[in-house]
Amino acid sequence: MLLGITVIVFLIMSLIPGDPATAILGAYATPENVEKLNRDLGLDRPMVERYFIWLGNMLQGDFGRSFSLNRPVIDEVAERFSATLVLAGTSFVLCALFGIAAGVVSAVRQYGLADRLITFAVLIGISVPSFFLGMIMILFFAVRLRWFPVSGMYAIYGGGDLADLLHHLVMPAVALAAVAAGVVARLSRSAMLEVLRQDYIRTARAKGLRERRVIFGHALRSAMVSIIPVLGLQAGFVLSGAVYIETVFQWPGVGRMLVDAILKRDLMLVQGGVVFVAAAYVLFNIAVDVAQALLDPRIKT
Amino acid sequence: MTSIPALKVEDLRKTFGDRAPLLGRARAGVQAVRGVSFAVAPGETLAIVGESGSGKSTLARMLVGLLPPTAGRIEIEGRALDTADPARFGRLIQYVFQDPAGSLNPRRSVRRILETPLKLLHRMPRAAREKRLAELLAAVSLPADALDRYPHEFSGGQAQRIGIARALAADPRILVLDEPVSALDVSVQAQVLNLLADLQRRMGLTYLFITHDLAVAEAVSDRVMVLYFGAVAELGPAREVFASPAHPYTKLLADSAPVVGRALRAPEAAEAELPDPRHPPAGCAFAGRCPRADALCRAQEPPLEEIGDDRLAACHHPLRE
Amino acid sequence: MTAFLQRLARNRLAAAGGAMLALIVLVALAVPLLPLQDPNATATAERFARPLSEGHLLGTDHLGRDLLSRLAHGTRLSLAMGFAAALIAAVLGSVLGIVAGFLGGRVDNVIMRGVDMLMGFPYVLLALAIVAALGPGLVNALIAVAAVNVPFFARNIRGVTVALAGREFVDAARLSGMGNLRIMAVEILPNVLPVIVIALTTTTGWMILETAGLSFLGLGSQPPQADLGSMLGEARAALISHPHVAVVPGVMIFLVVMSINLFGDGVRDALDPRLGAGALTRPLPATVVDRPAPPPLREPDPPALLAIDDLRTEFRLGRRVLPAVDGVSLSLGRGEAVGLVGESGSGKSVTALSVMRLVASPPGVIAGGAVRLDGEEVIGAPFEVLRALRGRRVAYVFQDPQATLHPLYRIGDQLAEAIRAHQPMGARAARVRALELLRDVRMPRPEDRIDDYPHQLSGGQRQRVGIAMALANNPDVIIADEPTTALDVTVQAQILALLERLRRERGLSILFITHDFGVVAQLCERLAVMYAGRIVEEGPTAEVLAAPAHPYTRRLIACVPEPGAGRRRLEAIPGLPPRLDALPPGCAFAPRCHRARPDCGAGDIPLRRAGARAVRCLHPETTP
Repeated sequence: MLLGITVIVFLIMSLIPGDPATAILGAYATPENVEKLNRDLGLDRPMVERYFIWLGNMLQGDFGRSFSLNRPVIDEVAERFSATLVLAGTSFVLCALFGIAAGVVSAVRQYGLADRLITFAVLIGISVPSFFLGMIMILFFAVRLRWFPVSGMYAIYGGGDLADLLHHLVMPAVALAAVAAGVVARLSRSAMLEVLRQDYIRTARAKGLRERRVIFGHALRSAMVSIIPVLGLQAGFVLSGAVYIETVFQWPGVGRMLVDAILKRDLMLVQGGVVFVAAAYVLFNIAVDVAQALLDPRIKT
Repeated sequence: MTSIPALKVEDLRKTFGDRAPLLGRARAGVQAVRGVSFAVAPGETLAIVGESGSGKSTLARMLVGLLPPTAGRIEIEGRALDTADPARFGRLIQYVFQDPAGSLNPRRSVRRILETPLKLLHRMPRAAREKRLAELLAAVSLPADALDRYPHEFSGGQAQRIGIARALAADPRILVLDEPVSALDVSVQAQVLNLLADLQRRMGLTYLFITHDLAVAEAVSDRVMVLYFGAVAELGPAREVFASPAHPYTKLLADSAPVVGRALRAPEAAEAELPDPRHPPAGCAFAGRCPRADALCRAQEPPLEEIGDDRLAACHHPLRE
Repeated sequence: MTAFLQRLARNRLAAAGGAMLALIVLVALAVPLLPLQDPNATATAERFARPLSEGHLLGTDHLGRDLLSRLAHGTRLSLAMGFAAALIAAVLGSVLGIVAGFLGGRVDNVIMRGVDMLMGFPYVLLALAIVAALGPGLVNALIAVAAVNVPFFARNIRGVTVALAGREFVDAARLSGMGNLRIMAVEILPNVLPVIVIALTTTTGWMILETAGLSFLGLGSQPPQADLGSMLGEARAALISHPHVAVVPGVMIFLVVMSINLFGDGVRDALDPRLGAGALTRPLPATVVDRPAPPPLREPDPPALLAIDDLRTEFRLGRRVLPAVDGVSLSLGRGEAVGLVGESGSGKSVTALSVMRLVASPPGVIAGGAVRLDGEEVIGAPFEVLRALRGRRVAYVFQDPQATLHPLYRIGDQLAEAIRAHQPMGARAARVRALELLRDVRMPRPEDRIDDYPHQLSGGQRQRVGIAMALANNPDVIIADEPTTALDVTVQAQILALLERLRRERGLSILFITHDFGVVAQLCERLAVMYAGRIVEEGPTAEVLAAPAHPYTRRLIACVPEPGAGRRRLEAIPGLPPRLDALPPGCAFAPRCHRARPDCGAGDIPLRRAGARAVRCLHPETTP
């Protein structure tokens, strides 16, 4: 799987029209210089060989060098990624907790007031672009009410402790979680409705179990079998949304770095960042698969 | 049997999943059908009786070309069929499915369902098709206006008539009926069974009737073949087989069927399990459940042998009165 | 198709969404015809004009460009991009999904490996990589968004196709001479199409958001051309000083996406056939009761342990009311086994489930009658009282043990849970008791089996667990709803013997629901036959089987072949069982009955009792 990702990134990157050497050296490079650089970069070798060289370098921690920042890609990516991890991790926890809770309440009180309210909130959640939601939140909570800072990860002067970080984290994390929570809530609701119709729920009731036990012990556990894979997808969703939110809130994360790098055509940085984040995502999904196998004995590990 | 049999099967076998996967070690395959041989005379009904895990459905699917056999030979009217191509099989042998609702595409009208074999197997021109469609509906006693309706508009019994009409549309010599009435209500089952009997008489069809129900098997068939764990346990005239079973498994089946006016008794004291189909035992597959089993049964698989007039059983110690 | 449109129109939210969407699309299509200003004409003097200012209904942006005009053009562009991306992704993904799902094997493996790898990326990352490679721009953003969504469609459609490819109608098509391509086009595609449409309508809004997002980041449409996303992106710099420049396109995106989502949900609900029968509603903890006062307690004679009295249970589906159980009275004495016999749709299972209010509700409603346990009324009891009776005094054994045991819990835990629901007991004691129960039902090697999951057991073993669970609290009554129908004959014999032994040893009362007279004959001393929601005959098993009084009973017994008679014609009952929403007046069996006379259809026919037997017939076969 990890290998597959590197293959895809490599293939996409080799799609780039034009000559990387020209891109690096600029349009005024002499043909000799271009040729020399091509040799230095190993671009005169066949593609498969180039791929393995690139892969080998990455395995040794060498992701190349960013020309726009003039520092090793790995340093920049590692620094930025920790910021993204804080943001995306918080959002992920928020969306999972609120999403599942809302979905369960919605299903158990189907067609009741709570269900209608949640369904409505979810509809708004999944229809509003997260970057627009972030901007509205800035206008309202930061500019109008002055509850939270407009942007950044730490206050420029005197900040830097955990309280400061949390203070800065609230708005971007909530904006990012809102959409994902909507998706999780929707899915949890339909998964619960599906499970509650199963024969074994009737069996649980025929045994005379308390309703709370039927819902949380029997129904939710089964529903989690279909909710967990979606949580895995939502992790990707949160990582993706982070790109927008980091731009809106000036969060110094890997997403913003990627956008800047693309606009500056700093391809080494893009390549390194994409592989790094994708690898983290794959690892997370492996963890999700393990959780799934632990929950469902029918899956052979 | 002196004439050419309508269907002759020799040492047919099917093992699932025995090919090595792309990665990893090859595992022992599941032996679903373990060497089955029999012949059916033209116009005869052979009932194939077995419980789950007996391989009866796998056998049926091989007979109509839906599954390629792992080994063995299928002959229809003396000619061998060596490829598993349903279209080649289609004109000779057809299949009626257990679940009438599942075997009819919900998005195609009855006309289109019945027309397909006429077009593709017989290249019949339009005018001839119209005539044939009317004949088919009449044969299974469905009203002519059924043609332009969709499967969900029919009850289970009616839908099964459509399934039978589709099989007949190919104008085959042999029909494989795979539990054709077990999904139907009791009061409708008899209607469909009688219809099948009428069709057989009128069209001279040969039937292979697969069922788990002994009473049904006896009521519709000339001979019966009892399958256990992918192999033939007993084969013979239906009435005799059930009246005086030779194989202990046949006897167990006959004793287990709930019958009005017979006291309840558990024919088996202990819970009985089928052997592991990946690693079949060395001897008789039934030995673990059999009250008559001895060392010979556990060591050596009994061959299917003649034990009387037109009767065969695979047992070292057949029951004889 | 018309039914689909009707369902869609009935859904008010979806209709509103559809109307709004139609309006937006119409306006977007008409943009070149509308008297709008040039969206790209800059006028620095008029920059950041507020909404409703002169000449600019929605104000102007940082270059003094008219926002209304830019909004109209931007919406047009965003819609076009979103629809195009959705369509491309849907077509490519569906083709891949159908081919992979139908052909299976190697092809499936290769396609799905590729799809999984694409899904291994957080989607924006992949889009970013594609845009990085191809360079920023509208078309490249479109390609990126479409490419990122192909895996979603491919996976979804493959799943549906795999299920369809295993269906028997595909085998039937092969036998009719169809080849793979034709089967995919003619048999599979029409069945997959609703799923594609659902996926398309529910993801289009999403794709509009994604393309807008790329433009927002400056990677999509390039200035001066603007879609809604890039308008938002440009407005960000002046967000705090001039919020309206951001709010206008932001609200527009929201409206577009919400209308598509509303409409898409409506389409999904209307196309999903499971919703047609109200199946996606979850059942309440107990069946809804909506009945006039329960009938007065008649002193039962002999005193019954469980008495069902004039029970009426109906299914309320919209305006249609199906009377599944129509005035059933039946009593069960202590230690007695009574068989309730009928075909599917006769109401036998609904009767059984009504006793402890386990009929799924909605749509089930108990509309009349009473159930008394030792004289105490159960139907009207508060839920906690009912819950204390369930499993404690009245326990159920259901038909399909595969579906009725919880797949994720070990059987020992499920048994222990049943015990502890009614008896205060520690986990260890409950486990000891569970083991005892498994021994009672003759489970082979119970010590090894107690920690197994249901899927590790055979069908017969699972049903033994089901029976053990019913016995957990030493109930007085066991209601067994076709407990052996899903089992092989040899296993059925074992389970029946087990039930019979338990009844003798523990003095259990059993209400046995079945369609099989053979089973009833072996287990029950009394039986009742149901047809179309009513009991048509009742009496001691031996007497009824020997001399059935109701023509239906007689013919039903006759059409089941008995072993030992050789090859023969069977006695069929002509016609079909009636539909519950179109019951004939009078006797429901009359249209199929050979003894029917005009008076059979005239009016209600009472169940007439004579001694131990009762029959609901004006012209019975024998006079009991």
